[in-house]
Amino acid sequence: MNFRKPLIAAAAIAAIAAPAAIAHRMWMVPSSTTVSGTDNWVTVDAAVSNDLFFFDHQPLRAVPLVTQPDGTEGKVENHNVGKFRATFDLHLTQQGTYKVAVVNEGVFGSYMLNGERKMLPRGTTAATLAAAIPAGATDVQTAENLSRNEIFITQGAPTATVFKASGKGIELAPITHPNDLVTNEPANFQFLKNGKPGAGLTVTVIPGGIRYRNDLKEQVLKTDAAGKVSIKWGDPGMYWVMVNEGGERPEGPGAGAQRPAGAAASGPAGPPRARVSYVTTLEVLAP
Amino acid sequence: MHYRITGLTLAAIGGASLPAAAGAQTLDLSIAIPQLKVAEYHRPYVAIWLEKEGAAPRTLQVWYDFDGNSKEGAGTKWLRDMRQWWRVVGRGMTFPADGVTGATRPAGSHKVTLVAGRGGMPALTPGNYKLMVEAAREVGGREVVTVPFTWNGTAARGTAKGTSELGAVTVSIKR
Repeated sequence: MNFRKPLIAAAAIAAIAAPAAIAHRMWMVPSSTTVSGTDNWVTVDAAVSNDLFFFDHQPLRAVPLVTQPDGTEGKVENHNVGKFRATFDLHLTQQGTYKVAVVNEGVFGSYMLNGERKMLPRGTTAATLAAAIPAGATDVQTAENLSRNEIFITQGAPTATVFKASGKGIELAPITHPNDLVTNEPANFQFLKNGKPGAGLTVTVIPGGIRYRNDLKEQVLKTDAAGKVSIKWGDPGMYWVMVNEGGERPEGPGAGAQRPAGAAASGPAGPPRARVSYVTTLEVLAP
Repeated sequence: MHYRITGLTLAAIGGASLPAAAGAQTLDLSIAIPQLKVAEYHRPYVAIWLEKEGAAPRTLQVWYDFDGNSKEGAGTKWLRDMRQWWRVVGRGMTFPADGVTGATRPAGSHKVTLVAGRGGMPALTPGNYKLMVEAAREVGGREVVTVPFTWNGTAARGTAKGTSELGAVTVSIKR
């Protein structure tokens, strides 16, 4: 396979092509989240895998977008996509908090053509949707998909510029700064959905190192009416945090029980719902 | 260079929020760095700071490789490994910080005398304090020793002992 549009490829695989494999977790892990001095390099591993944070499945191919503490766009250097992981470097020259983000924004869905249910191709976006639907298609069902995967790295004292919300999808509005986490203090975060407090979102928290323990140690929390959640940490380390709308992920094709009688096995199960999700990796230190 | 000490530091314990006590207070500090039998030994980075409830913490000393390899940011790269100090006060400072920065020290007992109003040492107002010492050693461990003391305006003394990266820490203050 050859992914010509790396920005959308990785998420597309997990979200659309293989509903059975949605347990795969997308993650980025930086070599440091907190650095001192004025001129540092940080390297990041980016992958999609089951066990956190072991790169043993697929690389996260997208070239991320870097936002520097002053709000300007930073540079991803030495981006390399390997068999199991991608790596890239960031040169930190400003004081404050950097954001590294992979945002997948697209449209998924299906249409009927000549009596057959066809899926929209991977990587369809709002801009390419019209071209993706052939003439003569009927019963077009689409929904938008917006997933964010962000990590934060702070040189010097933490700053908040990079948390300016775009108003699209799920975003983090930290109360506790994500580079200021210690095991003996709970972290308080607010999550926004489309720029407004994201009430009732599901927040899944899993510590890294899954391979070496039997218990997943997963916490599944809900945001309150104000979109806020408080996370109590276990041991120090890297934590994977995923926020979505919870419940079963709406599946178009193959959602057996909801499939209308007589529909093809690959047929949709009714209009798909918009999918929004947010993933981050947080380092929690011993006090 | 001037104005190395940041606003955060200036507004700290001895700053405008607390009136300075009359008379020159002298803080005598003794810190033991243990001799360790390890294959690869590097002198620890050490941060010494003062905490008082309701006041901003104040860095008194930071011993690190400030004159080190410039490729590594003149030693500042590993300051964050003294992670409690870094979080409490270090990350808000600019380095090298005047009157605070010192070279790393070998194993042994080290005496430091600090006079209120000089370097990082504030004039103390009466109350309960914690003198904090954090040591982090390259390819080694990390330890924080807390020495609580009460300053009544005339004299104070406190002592505590580390178990791995630090030995005895003794504080004695008089005016």
